[in-house]
Amino acid sequence: MRVMAQMAMVMNLDKCIGCHTCSVTCKQAWTNRTGVEYVWFNNVETRPGQGYPRRYEDQEQWRGGWTLNRRGRLSLKAGGRFRKLLTIFANPKMPGMDDYYQPWTYDYETLTSAPLQEHTPVARPKSLLTGKDMKITWSANWDDDLGGSPQHIEKDVLVRDLSDKVKAEFDKTFMFYLPRICEHCLNPSCAASCPSGAIYKRTEDGIVLVDQDRCRGWRMCVTGCPYKKMYFNHRTGKAEKCTFCFPRVEVGIPTVCSETCVGRLRYIGLVLYDADKVLEAASTPDDTGLYEAQREVFLDPSDPRVVAAAEAAGIHRDWIEAAQRSPVYALINTYKVALPLHPEYRTMPMVWYIPPLSPVVDIVRDTGHDAENAGNLFAAIETLRIPVEYLAELFTAGDTKPVEAVLRRLAAMRSYMRDINLGRDADESIPGRVGMTGELMYDMYRLLALAKYEERYVIPTAHEEQAHKLEELATECSLDYEGGPGMGGSGPFGESSGGAAPIAVENFHMLRQRQTSDSPVDPADKHTRVNLLNWDGKGTPSGLFPPEPGGPTGNPPADSGAAETEPKP
Amino acid sequence: MKETVLWVVLPYVTITIFVLGHVWRYRYDKFGWTTRSSQLYESRLLRIGSPLFHFGVLFVLLGHIGGLAIPASWTEAAGISEDAYHVVAVVIGTLAGFCTLAGLAILIYRRRTTGPVFSATTVNDKMMYLVLTAVIVIGLAATVAANVVDHGYNYRETVSPWFRSVFYLNPAPDLMRDVPPLFQLHALSALLLFCIWPFTRLVHMLTAPVGYLTRPYIVYRSRDARMGALPPRRGWERP
Ligand code: SF4
Ligand code: SF4
Repeated sequence: MRVMAQMAMVMNLDKCIGCHTCSVTCKQAWTNRTGVEYVWFNNVETRPGQGYPRRYEDQEQWRGGWTLNRRGRLSLKAGGRFRKLLTIFANPKMPGMDDYYQPWTYDYETLTSAPLQEHTPVARPKSLLTGKDMKITWSANWDDDLGGSPQHIEKDVLVRDLSDKVKAEFDKTFMFYLPRICEHCLNPSCAASCPSGAIYKRTEDGIVLVDQDRCRGWRMCVTGCPYKKMYFNHRTGKAEKCTFCFPRVEVGIPTVCSETCVGRLRYIGLVLYDADKVLEAASTPDDTGLYEAQREVFLDPSDPRVVAAAEAAGIHRDWIEAAQRSPVYALINTYKVALPLHPEYRTMPMVWYIPPLSPVVDIVRDTGHDAENAGNLFAAIETLRIPVEYLAELFTAGDTKPVEAVLRRLAAMRSYMRDINLGRDADESIPGRVGMTGELMYDMYRLLALAKYEERYVIPTAHEEQAHKLEELATECSLDYEGGPGMGGSGPFGESSGGAAPIAVENFHMLRQRQTSDSPVDPADKHTRVNLLNWDGKGTPSGLFPPEPGGPTGNPPADSGAAETEPKP
Repeated sequence: MKETVLWVVLPYVTITIFVLGHVWRYRYDKFGWTTRSSQLYESRLLRIGSPLFHFGVLFVLLGHIGGLAIPASWTEAAGISEDAYHVVAVVIGTLAGFCTLAGLAILIYRRRTTGPVFSATTVNDKMMYLVLTAVIVIGLAATVAANVVDHGYNYRETVSPWFRSVFYLNPAPDLMRDVPPLFQLHALSALLLFCIWPFTRLVHMLTAPVGYLTRPYIVYRSRDARMGALPPRRGWERP
């Protein structure tokens, strides 16, 4: 047994109102920069729907994740090492900008600078890639709230796999939201696809990150990730992905998306797992067996043997305690209401979901029945194939049994708690029918409905002493960092060069530069470009222009001959 | 004198710039060390042009290693006659050269006509393309001219020994004196290319990911304290 700790998340889909607050705050924190305009580390899709990027779940087309080869061994679906190197000059399976969407902004300036005229001036959409006028035809959530269906619904990848009976009834439509971030998989195919070995899983907390200094822009990870949560920064030429907000998590605060979630539906906690069993579990022959297999990889943090093994593996006492209080472990293994997203991709995803009961409840209520009655709900779960089969495609590779079991538990909790809330005697037979005790069910209710901040987010802080192994002391000089070439986010080759600045510092500078610069797109205004290589021309990195006497540095006036700052070859 | 400058001083300056340039770039600009791929913007043309160019250029590279680094006496000892060698080299070399050129042409056309790709093209890129195209075109021209107009030029008696002499630290510039001008020009433009190499996107070549074939699929790494929000402690304060 090799115990490792993994930072994981559970989202309770019943509570998601599809407000996109998580996406927006995440974008503001992480991808509010040139090169990643089209990138949403967190996105919220309406299901049924195509998702973002469009139809990313169609692995016959995109070939993400793992598959079992003829000998039953786990192999990358897009092809192994040789194949990767042979296709390195042009990745045959990479989604293009149009599969995401063309990012744009509006020409707001005309609103204030247009001369007096009869008609109200219009802010035209401008492409953020070319700076030219464009027509907006798609975005990261174009089919939000089923907008445009039934035109789009047919394109939902999962609809293909539903039984014909269900397809025929599909116009009795239902809807829910699916917020997605990187899954920080136990068996990440993005990392396995990276030719440079730049993508790594952190040993301490399992967060999957891209080493920006080692990424060479081979783009294989974009194909490798079946969830398409690996993005290519087209300005810096490097891959970027959700970081699980590690600078926040390290100091014990939740990710931005969780912190700002309006529905308070996200839970963050540690899960201990047996790293030696991951490969075996990921190689489970049946797609439908993967959910159980992954659950068995997790270790019970209150088992004394696990605790002993965890301590032997160097996991700190406070981390083990955090794992014992973990809401994520409880939802996955104690209450068994959380399910993994697309386990059939075999990456062992670590962001799990409590499937929504609301489509069932809505239908029961709409037909005039008591939607709080356990019997009614159970019967509906059994007969209503539409949400159940669809949810099974999403969470259990098409096996409806686990989904039904979860929905029955949620339904049971609903009617059990109604009695309690109305001051009636609790009907202990209800928890019994779903294999729970009344006490367990009440605890589950507390965690799902009432849990406070500290119960939803159980995040132990990182240990400084873990990070730097002693032998690194000799090789690493603290001066490499202090005032290093990367400070302020700009090195000798501009924005995309130099050493790594602390993330917070870098983001702060970039955000300020971006928001104080005049034009939406950089290359359109070539005269303000100041660097030979790949500085993207926005803002004024300090040190590039002499400080203006008596004033803060700003953009030089347009006629000051800024072009002369361009070094001659 | 002219020979010394062109065929002794310039090569050593180039080697110095090439090596130190890469060291410097690696030391200070790891973040900028990338292919800067533009596949995200456009991949239809790229999927034809890029493999054509890259595989072509790899063959050209192999050919140059064969022609420049391996002495003629070795191939003869291996039983390959000079004529046979010449025919094979010219045919394969020309083929690879034209593939490279065709690929490059497609890539440049794509770069010019695809809006987003063109906006992402820096001055540095343009300069690099210019030099790269010049090297390839002159090299091809030299080969074609020598074989079509003349009856072939045996560079393995002049250019190759000179090339090796530079690396033996015993340069023999005189060998280059009577080399046809196109071959001289090709060599000089190549020197220029190697001079700008470390400062362009071409650096990605030196980090060709061959290690991928042997490393384990999943990489595990310990947390890097410098990356986080916690300020790193100074060396003397660390545990
Ligand atoms: S979901 Fe995240 S960790 Fe998993 S393969 Fe994709 S990018 Fe990698
Ligand atoms: S902030 Fe919360 S409720 Fe709003 S869309 Fe995101 S996950 Fe759903």
